Amino acid sequence: MARTNSLRRGPVAARRVRRLPVVDAFLWLVRIAAIALLLIGAVSSISSARLSGQQWRDLVVFGIAQGSVYALVALGYTMVYGVLRFINFAHGEVFMIGAMTGYFVTDGLARTALWDAAPILALLITLICCMTVSALVALLLERVAYRPLRGAPRLIPFITAIGASFFLQYTMASLFGTSVKAYPEVDILSGTFDVLGFRILRVHLLVIVAALSIMAGLYLYVERTRAGKAMRAVAEDPEIARLMGVDVDRTIARVFGVGGAMAGAGGLLFGLVFQNVHFLSGFLPGIKAFTAAVLGGIGNIPGAAVGGLTLGMVESMGPSLVLVGLGIPAAHQLKDVVAFLTLVMVLIFRPTGILGERVREDRA
Amino acid sequence: MTTVVEAPAAAVGSRVVMIGLVGGAVAVFVSANGMVEAFSERELLDGLTLGAVLLLSIPLLVGYVAGRRQPELEGFATRPPGWRNPATGLLAGFISGVTIGAFVLLIATVDLRGVLLNVTPELVRDDPRILTFGLEPGAGAGLLVGLFAVLGGLAGAIQVLPDLWRRAVLAAVGWVLAFGLMQAVVSQVLRGLQQQLRIWTEPLADFLYDTSGALSIAGITVVAVLGFCLQLLGSRKPRALVNARLERLTDRSRRIVRVAVLAAALLLLGLLPQVLGSFLSEVLNIAGIFLLMALGLNIVVGFAGLLDLGYVAFFAVGAYTTALLTSPQSSLGVGWIFWLAVPFVVLAAAVAGLLVGTPVLRMRGDYLAIVTLGFGEIARLLFLSDWLKPTFGGAQGIIQVGDITVGPVGVRTPQAFFYVIFVFVLLAAYATYALQDSRIGRAWMAMREDESVAEAMGVDIVTAKLSAFIVGAVLAGFGGALFATKIGSVFPHSFNVIVSITVLVVIIVGGMASVPGVVLGTMVLVGLPELLREFEEYRFLIYGALLIFMMLRRPEGFIPSKRRAEELHEEEIAQDEWLKTQDTGSRPEPGSRPEPGSRPEPS
Repeated sequence: MARTNSLRRGPVAARRVRRLPVVDAFLWLVRIAAIALLLIGAVSSISSARLSGQQWRDLVVFGIAQGSVYALVALGYTMVYGVLRFINFAHGEVFMIGAMTGYFVTDGLARTALWDAAPILALLITLICCMTVSALVALLLERVAYRPLRGAPRLIPFITAIGASFFLQYTMASLFGTSVKAYPEVDILSGTFDVLGFRILRVHLLVIVAALSIMAGLYLYVERTRAGKAMRAVAEDPEIARLMGVDVDRTIARVFGVGGAMAGAGGLLFGLVFQNVHFLSGFLPGIKAFTAAVLGGIGNIPGAAVGGLTLGMVESMGPSLVLVGLGIPAAHQLKDVVAFLTLVMVLIFRPTGILGERVREDRA
Repeated sequence: MTTVVEAPAAAVGSRVVMIGLVGGAVAVFVSANGMVEAFSERELLDGLTLGAVLLLSIPLLVGYVAGRRQPELEGFATRPPGWRNPATGLLAGFISGVTIGAFVLLIATVDLRGVLLNVTPELVRDDPRILTFGLEPGAGAGLLVGLFAVLGGLAGAIQVLPDLWRRAVLAAVGWVLAFGLMQAVVSQVLRGLQQQLRIWTEPLADFLYDTSGALSIAGITVVAVLGFCLQLLGSRKPRALVNARLERLTDRSRRIVRVAVLAAALLLLGLLPQVLGSFLSEVLNIAGIFLLMALGLNIVVGFAGLLDLGYVAFFAVGAYTTALLTSPQSSLGVGWIFWLAVPFVVLAAAVAGLLVGTPVLRMRGDYLAIVTLGFGEIARLLFLSDWLKPTFGGAQGIIQVGDITVGPVGVRTPQAFFYVIFVFVLLAAYATYALQDSRIGRAWMAMREDESVAEAMGVDIVTAKLSAFIVGAVLAGFGGALFATKIGSVFPHSFNVIVSITVLVVIIVGGMASVPGVVLGTMVLVGLPELLREFEEYRFLIYGALLIFMMLRRPEGFIPSKRRAEELHEEEIAQDEWLKTQDTGSRPEPGSRPEPGSRPEPS
């Protein structure tokens, strides 16, 4: 790694020194302006005390709940990127298919006696269905669209993934209709808890607990099992892993499957929080989850969790904290702008993320 | 003398089953998602609807692919064509037929409509029973199995023909389909020719097409024979003869020939809107605006290799600049004429290109794509927001965008507008060709192949990247300006990410870095769906599938640029070279004597 770096940097670095000051100056300007705007906005909105403490706490809880869904989806991006160095653009659609499955299963179960008799069991069944369907879609995607392109120039599988993303979106639209599908009410999930002065909606608590336990399970799977070890080995170096007797194809497929299952779980939780899903539901959360993965450090599994929670908080608090402070009307409309700006800023100024990326160097 | 090396029998069998099942799955998919039903409104060939053609093209494709001569290992002889080709085609078609037949029986007995919205009773249960061609479910399923098997076998039989004849048959099929799909264009052109030039062409349209707009039996025959013969003639000597004659000309006269051909083509294109009438000119205008954008994105993605997914942002900047400057209703309220706004469109687009381009200078390819996607969405959300509503009008957008005027005359009809778009497209095409062979063009292509190497060889990456972004942005800005005046208003909803994706699909399917490819790609992928409104609902489904297919099978596009194709197939080309040297060196007859060590052992 060090050797290739020194070989590639030599003449290139010399040129960069001569050419880049203007660009660098510009980027510094952007950086300073961004930080200044952030500070001004935050200070002025805190000092004006437009929102009460209770409202801020609500925003924090909502941010954590939303962030844990992002974290679940981000895991799929980060694991695939770690192994293949490839952004699975269609992962957002895998998530959406999980949410759709959740709708169909809960809708079916809501008509049976089980729904009222044992709601927890019903939700568990739904969760398993969502995870299975999403994992199957991810596996199919890997087998049909990505595996034949392994080793192709990097943009080619990426463009394939864009195609797959649109194909899956409009497949769902044409098969199941373009209408917004509303999840049925879950009685045990309505109502709130009070913990340490925080008022937490039951459904948010469920989302946070479920996401954290699923992520903990995944962490143990990757760190403690043989299959997890194989994944880490392939992420480190597929050639050497193959020489050591790891079935690389199978491991990669397994990474897609596990990532898909996480996205499916995320889809169900998303559906439970927002109560509806339609065929474009996967696009924005997908990009945001990717942002979360980069934010935490791509290729880094705990990083996905950290990134997801951070992004959730930024998105829920950002508009009220910064934009309102800057005197921008209807700031909630710009929620997605905040998320995208976070993405752009992170990729420009800290592409290695908070916890540092864990991706092997490109050996061109 | 010739050794035939076969793939192991079991592998051939499972391959055929696989192809058959995939075909069956596709058939079930297009029936369940409503494509067959939606397309059955239009009669394509005499008595056959577009939906039926779609369904029946599946066994043809399946049989054609399954019946392909195996094995296709380079340097080995293939088995001489024989009864196996139609037999494998038949088998694969049969398997597809069984799959779709089972689906027919399933939806005849179980009502799936609660989940699958498009599985309507009209498919099999009630008249007109689209899937089963009007038969009862049982008989219909049987008919489908038989039909699929026969068609599969027929398509497999095409593989028996020698290459030349096989291509001619394919050309005939292609021509018939093209004439069927382009019915509106062909008959309008024939009618328009009669009106404009007083040539006796209108009866020809009545001869080719029925009253319902389907290609008549006589029409099918004529078009098929025409396609067949032209392919036979075209694939042989004439083209070589023309090329050889051109070779012998002096440079000067070659240039004269080239200019003459170009002038003739321009003249024909200039006459086009007069012949096409207003509806088709409108379609052509929409395609023209997309073509302008595609030529711009072709520079960014095709030449420089920078995958920009937020390309629609520049289109929006162009449109909003025009609207702000020419509409009396806008916040600026100056109400200039269009041409006065054009320099500002260029300026605004270039600045936008610079703003997007600078932060992404050091980003890797796929990160760049995501960040530009983010910029595109940010632009749309800002145009939509209440915050900037005083300037851009929020969701209500800006109305009363000024018309284009030439002197005192306003450009209002689609036909007149065509010429304006035509001028801009010509400009863009000229810029593309000029840039392609310029210093900066070569820098782009070097960068596309390998950024580090290009930089080490002295290519100024910063200038190259930024100039690509700026040129692309300006062309998209022109597209946006024309779009705004054509529609007469701008709304943020027109600048969805889907526009960026459409343009990307166009250049990828047509052929990255290839101008003819981009032109053809736009005409087929943007023009055709405008013509056949049934496609509208399934447009992005088809785009997505096309993107995947192209990347898997033909990443260089249908009309590739030579250099780009070479880059993408480096290894194969190297292999071919190697085989050639082997052939000329040691082997008396190409492919006749496989090396003993490399022969695959049948298991």
